[in-house]
Amino acid sequence: MRIAIPREVRPAERRVAATPATVKKLISFGFSVDVQTGAGHRADYPDEDYTAAGATLRDDVKALWSDADLVLKVEPPVAHPDLDAHEASFLKEGATLASFVQADLNPDVIDQVKARNATLIAMEKVPRITRAQKMDALSSMANIAGYRAVVEAANVYGSFFTGQITAAGKVPPARVLIIGAGVAGLAAVGAARGLGAEVRAFDTRSAVREQVQSMGARFLEVEIEEEGETKGGYAKVMSQAFIDAEMDLFREQAKEIDIVITTALIPGRPAPKLWLADMVELMKPGSVVVDLAAQRGGNCELTVPGEHVINNDVHIIGYTDLASRMPRTASQLYGTNLVHLLDDLSTDGTLELDPLDDVVRGAVMVHNGADPSWPDKPEKPKKAAKPAPQPKTASAESKAATPAKAPAKAAVGHGSHPTDEGAGGKLGVWIATAAIAGLFVVWAAIRGGSDGASTTAGSEFVQHLTVFVLACVVGWHVVWNVTPALHTPLMSVTNAISGIIVLGGILQLVSEGTFGLAGWLGIAAVTLATINIAGGFLVTERMLRMFRK
Amino acid sequence: MHEVMLAAAYLLASLLFILSLRGLSSQTTARNGNFYGAMGMGMAVLATALAMGDLSVPHVLAALIGGALVGSFLAIRVAMTAMPELVALLHSFVGAAAVLVGLASFQRDGPEVTSHAVLLSEIWVDVFIGAITASGSVVAWAKLKGLVGGRPLLLPGRHALNVVLVISSFALLFMSMGAEASQAWIYVLVMAVIAAVLGVHLVVAIGGADMPVVVSLLNSYSGWTASAAGFMLGNDLLIVTGALVGSSGAILSYIMCKAMNRSIWNVVFGGFGAKPPATTKKAAQEGEPLPVHEANVAGTAEWLLSAKKVIVAPGYGMAVARAQHAVREVCDILRDRGCEVTFAIHPVAGRLPGHMNVLLAEAAVPYDIVMEMDEINHEFCDVDVVLVVGANDIVNPSAETDEDSPIYGMPVLKVWDSKQVVICKRSRASGYAGVDNPLFYNDNSAMLFGDARASMDGLLQELRAA
Repeated sequence: MRIAIPREVRPAERRVAATPATVKKLISFGFSVDVQTGAGHRADYPDEDYTAAGATLRDDVKALWSDADLVLKVEPPVAHPDLDAHEASFLKEGATLASFVQADLNPDVIDQVKARNATLIAMEKVPRITRAQKMDALSSMANIAGYRAVVEAANVYGSFFTGQITAAGKVPPARVLIIGAGVAGLAAVGAARGLGAEVRAFDTRSAVREQVQSMGARFLEVEIEEEGETKGGYAKVMSQAFIDAEMDLFREQAKEIDIVITTALIPGRPAPKLWLADMVELMKPGSVVVDLAAQRGGNCELTVPGEHVINNDVHIIGYTDLASRMPRTASQLYGTNLVHLLDDLSTDGTLELDPLDDVVRGAVMVHNGADPSWPDKPEKPKKAAKPAPQPKTASAESKAATPAKAPAKAAVGHGSHPTDEGAGGKLGVWIATAAIAGLFVVWAAIRGGSDGASTTAGSEFVQHLTVFVLACVVGWHVVWNVTPALHTPLMSVTNAISGIIVLGGILQLVSEGTFGLAGWLGIAAVTLATINIAGGFLVTERMLRMFRK
Repeated sequence: MHEVMLAAAYLLASLLFILSLRGLSSQTTARNGNFYGAMGMGMAVLATALAMGDLSVPHVLAALIGGALVGSFLAIRVAMTAMPELVALLHSFVGAAAVLVGLASFQRDGPEVTSHAVLLSEIWVDVFIGAITASGSVVAWAKLKGLVGGRPLLLPGRHALNVVLVISSFALLFMSMGAEASQAWIYVLVMAVIAAVLGVHLVVAIGGADMPVVVSLLNSYSGWTASAAGFMLGNDLLIVTGALVGSSGAILSYIMCKAMNRSIWNVVFGGFGAKPPATTKKAAQEGEPLPVHEANVAGTAEWLLSAKKVIVAPGYGMAVARAQHAVREVCDILRDRGCEVTFAIHPVAGRLPGHMNVLLAEAAVPYDIVMEMDEINHEFCDVDVVLVVGANDIVNPSAETDEDSPIYGMPVLKVWDSKQVVICKRSRASGYAGVDNPLFYNDNSAMLFGDARASMDGLLQELRAA
């Protein structure tokens, strides 16, 4: 398949959807890549490097688009200023376009793509699941924007970030408040700490507290308990009482701080107004507000999207192109996200959209010219077999969606289990059924073969069988939850537990008040089994004591 | 002790055992889990001993103390690298105990035992599985300890032999039904011997690197044998506990087999790895070996020092050379220098499921940088240096590319995606599977020949000097 990388149309947009390095990767997947002449120029990737990586340079924009089966872009397609037509209208019939879309801000894109019977993949809609983290372009860009926000603030702030004691007097460190500790917020915390500022951060989701603290910032809280995290790890709308308390906190902070960076966004809504005009008034002259939510109206009431304004002697920066201001790295990260996406969605250089893939179901907004309609996902067999632990896995997934590394890593382990479990569960049910059937056949044969056997022995056997089967089912489910790293301790602990055979030994000791051969055999069995019990538990304890973070 | 009390104690013990396994679902709760297990065991033993009356207490006490001393001695003395042997040995004790319990039960029930078909069959099953577990585990222990060679021993007509052994065991069962007790006593002993021979024969036919599966399988058997004893004695706690252990072993066997892309039957009966596959096209090139890039310690240190991201892929060779501490120190130095170091663990690395994790934990490697294969396999492409320490088959790209390869289809660590691979290995010999490893000839691969421990120590000196 042929991939086209056009130059971004808006003059302010400096990023490009592929760098020479990512072009190389795409070619290694079996794609051929066309790049518009000068596409990487504003991101400091010269045309020669693209050629060296194996791409073909094209001058004619229209031909570039209409020859391609797959077009990769950063920004949503817009009306082309020189050619007097909408970019998306150049798409070949049935081709695919992948870019940021933001359909609520750019409603015409979808219609244009539909008119071409084409397919549209919206990069911001890639679901926040563990597997798709490497394709999460929103996070990549947010990370850059957060860093850049600090750099922009430092640029206009009239003092050091780090505190200094000089012969000419003492300079206190800058005090920075970050509102919203998502990917961008945490990146801003890191950058501001790196410059030496004293950083505090606020977020409605208490789960991010540790992440904020681990980066050396103070976590501010209001004294109302309310959880602000949705299932997907994003923030939700809070109650009025909470918002009032939050505003009081901000007013108090406004008097102290020098710089505030707001990153609060709720998906699909205008940005919440958190930094009100009166808070700006409370700030010291020369203070800075950087509003990362400017594109969605801004968190600060006085933000002018795209502009740097001075209001009441306070700088208010509402740039909407922060990621684009670090075009080289932004392009590299975005391009890598695309590479990972195509790695998942293509085989041998051909795009294949699997309707059961969560990434496809989330990100594809137009499919062959129509609204996508996906078949229902088949129920996984484990759901029927294992109702209780299911929600646990889901909650682990949602934790994974929060941007910080630590919980995400923890969740990866959980995430990898269900598939095994599904396959294993099926096998288990099969084995159990076969075992039960087999045992019944054996039992029936024996009963039929010997009429002398008492019926009580038979019915007892069935009772025990019931217990046995239920225990197998419990064991099966409990053991699938064991983390692979602990398989050796699992073996040694089950080893110890299987020493339960000691009971069998004890029960043999006495028969009708005498201590005969059976007794001695029993004693031997008890000794052997106890070696197991003591050895197994002790060695497990020894091993587990070694596992530490 | 009242029967209801006993039943209550048993119920509680069963629950504690379930909690014990549940605790192992994460490293933070694992120690509690072990404690629950020990509590459950203590409770079960105490309740049973009390219910049996005064006469048994002194005997039981003596046996318990004796066993506990031996067990503690073994547990405290064992080196973490010798863990597989210990686990195998402990399995054989469970099997032997089950055999003894079965025989005792046979003896205790007196002359009428042969007329109770159900009871007799239960004894039979208990002794049969117990004897297989006991003798099989002893062989597994000897193989792991190196007392017996790792190559599978394949007798001619071995499948037929197995079938004959199984059938004769059951023939003895039917012969003893209704027979004289003294006659049946001989039959049961003969059957125990037959089962023991079967156990030995099954395990000698399995190759050294299939040991993770064999040990898991024996783990499973030791559970089933306890369950069988429970049926025999009408004791529900034995049944429940045996079933827990049995399913645990079964799951581990399943996971191990899946990680090697082989069916359980293929492992148990296959005799895999008996002879190197001489028919592959590589054999033709054997005369003039392909050139490999050879690395030295100083060069490797340089690569590591300039790397931003390093992954260590350990294998059984690390365990053999006891190099885990040196590896950890190398990682500490790199991490102090701001390099991101993680470990990639293949499910069948080592001789026991999770063996590498335990060794690394022993060397005080934090468990949150030790990753499972599925977690880390897609990350190799961003890695500067991969250090393969004593692993071979689990990093063999022919499992993905060469359909003729005996390990084709087995999931492997994709170390070759990284910028530079350094393979610490004693020689260029092929791994256990007898398969040539094309990884060694890649341009971005370099071989660091020598004992893993010596190489790591050398590396450590270079890094410290830097």
